[in-house]
Amino acid sequence: MRADPSEYKLVSPGNLQAVLSLMAGEPAQWLPIAGGTDVMVLYSAGKLPNRKLVNIWNIPELRQIEIFPDRICIGAACTYTSLRSHAIVVREFPLLATAASWTGGIANQNRGTLGGNIANASPAADSLPALLVYEAEVTLISVRGERRVAYRNFHSGYKQTALAADELIRDISLPRRFSGYVSHARKVGARNAQAISKVCLAALGRMADGAIQDVCLALGSVAPVPLRLNETEHLLAGKKIGPSLIDSARKSVVQKIRPIDDIRSTARYRAAVAGNLVAEFLEKLAAEGANA
Amino acid sequence: MNPSPQTSAKCEVLFTVNGEAKKVLAHPMERLLDVLRNDLKLTGAKEGCGEGECGSCSVLLDGMLVNSCLIPVAQASGANIVTIEGISAHALIHPLQEAFLECGGAQCGICTPGMILAAVHLLEKKPEPALADIREGLAGNLCRCTGYMQIFEAVARAARRRVVS
Repeated sequence: MRADPSEYKLVSPGNLQAVLSLMAGEPAQWLPIAGGTDVMVLYSAGKLPNRKLVNIWNIPELRQIEIFPDRICIGAACTYTSLRSHAIVVREFPLLATAASWTGGIANQNRGTLGGNIANASPAADSLPALLVYEAEVTLISVRGERRVAYRNFHSGYKQTALAADELIRDISLPRRFSGYVSHARKVGARNAQAISKVCLAALGRMADGAIQDVCLALGSVAPVPLRLNETEHLLAGKKIGPSLIDSARKSVVQKIRPIDDIRSTARYRAAVAGNLVAEFLEKLAAEGANA
Repeated sequence: MNPSPQTSAKCEVLFTVNGEAKKVLAHPMERLLDVLRNDLKLTGAKEGCGEGECGSCSVLLDGMLVNSCLIPVAQASGANIVTIEGISAHALIHPLQEAFLECGGAQCGICTPGMILAAVHLLEKKPEPALADIREGLAGNLCRCTGYMQIFEAVARAARRRVVS
């Protein structure tokens, strides 16, 4: 049933402290809304549990991308459009820029935000595997202060996050140490734009003396949370890439993931594709990493 | 269901629509799409899916293409909004609309206002788009009639004319 707007509050305090005070005053009551690309879908369908919303679209400090010598700090309400058009994101974090270009069509990229994608915590979100391989750290803020959480520890289960009831994601920080890596982003879905992934991969790797020096792999849509493949990474580190290593990597991926059957795909298809995407990346790493 | 729905007060929202200052009285969570259609009688923006997938409710909000079904009207406060009704304000017909007519880019017409606005937004950013740019720029706008080729051709034709003129 369609929502009745008269039953919902939406306030726009216009500054961060006022938003945090509101959230602290009645924890878990106020739902932050930025671009609305997730919240408004639930709302329109009459499925939004919260009746009180607080606007964070117009909070300037959440909309900026700050560049430091060792890291880049992305405000939680930065849009996909701002990410994919930012020169340093494009040059040093191509997996994130590419994922931003996959997310919805242009209208949704103009409104959808990176912090919203994290807080919404869909295991199928395209930008989240990229954040896992880039070793992102998120800063959470409340009236009690700020705390930093490694993004790999942020999702504790399906749609479960480290966010406390009075907390907001303030920014996402990425270390600037991956520019020398071979990177590979692949989304497999029914259609390029506007289709949620069946499986997506974000991968980084670096070769030295013909062997894998470092490798980072993460998959979306194959488990209750976006998944970093630590076991497969350990198996690959220090090895030379060849058919038997690729085969072992494929097996290790399939062992680790927990895909499901749903409206978009089947567990069996997802497992096969997940293995193929990692194999495809390793072939690319062998070819391009040797020349680097 | 929520057992005790609260009621929110209507508030005044001021914005500019197609160059004219407008004031509406609305609940803050009313969708911009509904306010445009019901309060301002601008029925060019259509409701297709109502969940940001189809693009038929596209409008320009401060120059950015958005799905008006996903914008609570309170977030549009102070904004400059352009709908399909305002796109040819200074001419009888916008060059993109002319190209759509010539190329058969419109059939049933439901997607057309959104397609035109997405194309306007694209040509603002990329005056000389490649076919891949056109496909990407319109990827959020679904059409169930044309098969898209006539629409892509219309945008390419309008872009060529703009560059020449």
